[in-house]
Amino acid sequence: MRRAEPLLALAAAAAMVVAALAAPWLKFVLTIALAKGMAALGIMLLLRAGQVSFGHALYVSFGAYTVAFLAPTLRDSLLLLPVAAAMATALGLVVGLFVSRYRQIFFGMLNLALSMVFFSLLEKLYHITHGTDGIRVALPTMLGQALERTSFEWAIFGVALALALLFGWFARAYLDAPMGQALAGIKTRETRLEFMGVPARHVLLSAYVLSALMAGCGGAIIAMTTRHVTPLLAYWTASGELVFIAILGGAGGVIGPFLGAVTYELVRVYAAAILAEAWQAILGTVLLLVILFAPGGLWGMLAALFRRRRAA
Amino acid sequence: MTALLEARGLRLAFGGVRAADGIDLDVMQGEFLAIIGPNGAGKTTFINMATGYLRPQAGSIAYEGRPITGLSPRAIVRRGIARSFQLPQLFTEHTVLENAALAVAAREGIWSPLAPLLRPRWREEAAALLGSFGLAALADIRADALNEGARKLADIAMAVALRPRLLLMDEPTSGVAAAEKMGIVETLVRVLREARVTAVFVEHDMEVVERFADRVAVWSQGRIAALGPPARVLADPAVQREVIGIEKAGAPPVPAAGEGGHA
Repeated sequence: MRRAEPLLALAAAAAMVVAALAAPWLKFVLTIALAKGMAALGIMLLLRAGQVSFGHALYVSFGAYTVAFLAPTLRDSLLLLPVAAAMATALGLVVGLFVSRYRQIFFGMLNLALSMVFFSLLEKLYHITHGTDGIRVALPTMLGQALERTSFEWAIFGVALALALLFGWFARAYLDAPMGQALAGIKTRETRLEFMGVPARHVLLSAYVLSALMAGCGGAIIAMTTRHVTPLLAYWTASGELVFIAILGGAGGVIGPFLGAVTYELVRVYAAAILAEAWQAILGTVLLLVILFAPGGLWGMLAALFRRRRAA
Repeated sequence: MTALLEARGLRLAFGGVRAADGIDLDVMQGEFLAIIGPNGAGKTTFINMATGYLRPQAGSIAYEGRPITGLSPRAIVRRGIARSFQLPQLFTEHTVLENAALAVAAREGIWSPLAPLLRPRWREEAAALLGSFGLAALADIRADALNEGARKLADIAMAVALRPRLLLMDEPTSGVAAAEKMGIVETLVRVLREARVTAVFVEHDMEVVERFADRVAVWSQGRIAALGPPARVLADPAVQREVIGIEKAGAPPVPAAGEGGHA
């Protein structure tokens, strides 16, 4: 299954392009799913170390608001994206230096607390952030070209897809490399790392900064796709959503978070259309079933199916 | 012979319990030094102080002539002192090979984000190390599936992978089945001699001490009660009364005289 990952990822990417061609409204849903998948991939890295962040909406919203604030001056999406990524990474480094000292519930709650501080800043500083009204993002250009709306949506969908593949490839190599393996060592035997001369805190910090980068890019893409940012992007439910997606998709492989994100967004769209009142109950039930019967998430289920077919 | 590790006047008390009450000890270059003594005598505390896990309240430790008192475990490992644990500290969700390779990576440089841990050179070194500990057949199973003896060896192998010049082992044979014990120690001694590692080990089995230690230090209530070649020290009636009578359950009772036993 591991060896099939790159091929599967490319096939899934192709399938998404076909789906977006067949049903134009899906393009929007899939772009958002890819953006959330990136953020969930960062969550998954931290899960490898046994740490759950309930505050990564901080980086998503930070990336999104960076785009919203700078869109009038920078204008081009391929300038806005790296600037937002750099800003989120820098914030991740500053916050990470602090939170990487903590583990378990303290790690989770500190992340939550910091994201809620940012949420209330976004909400209260009306003259800067326009409070709950949020900020509209003008249609950015792409490589200096002013595109009309549909073309721009295609372009940003392509950017999201390329970035998702890039992050997926990088995370896969990272998890196999000494740094990623030491990250998993934090979960089982952190003291041993220290007695081998490895600073466990820095191992966790590097994964944390990486996760902030991924979430920041996700936020930038969300801002350029929805073209409207509000403080809700930083609310704790948005952070919970990312953890939900990571667990739904499964932490066993880098495709998991994206699989989780696409499933989540599609269930949300369909369930909201069919059962407007009960879609959250449906999502809750899906998560409950996954936790109880498929602890490896959707990716774990697929991998098991694949193994069984090979064995047969 | 020169002293590799010099401990002077180490003191550390936990509440009213004096775990180290003026420890002076020179560990000589190339020797195998056994530490024996009843439970609670402060043997593990000494290892914890020498490896930076505990900071002595008084006294100093020097390694290769330079002070290391109060340094962090990480800083001390980098100077060439490694340790193994009474309860093996393995990465339980990794395979035995990955555990060993992680130790190799810790020595060679953990900070590469893209090249895999099991790159050919590290995989070979880790496999060779496991082979020398007789663990080759277990390389690909998860560490939490090992039996106690193999866990102990894997734990020590990880410390050896760091290429220390001094290795401190806390009860390398405790929890190991009696039938396996001598084989494990023989393997261990052979590997350490080949790598020219100086070793300090806490041991409860007097047969192991007699066969493999160059010197033995007897710990008692946070002090060193006796120090010297095993043949002489273990023959000392006071040592026999204090330690061996307790260690060798079932041994002929030594007539008790004067003070009572230890808690």
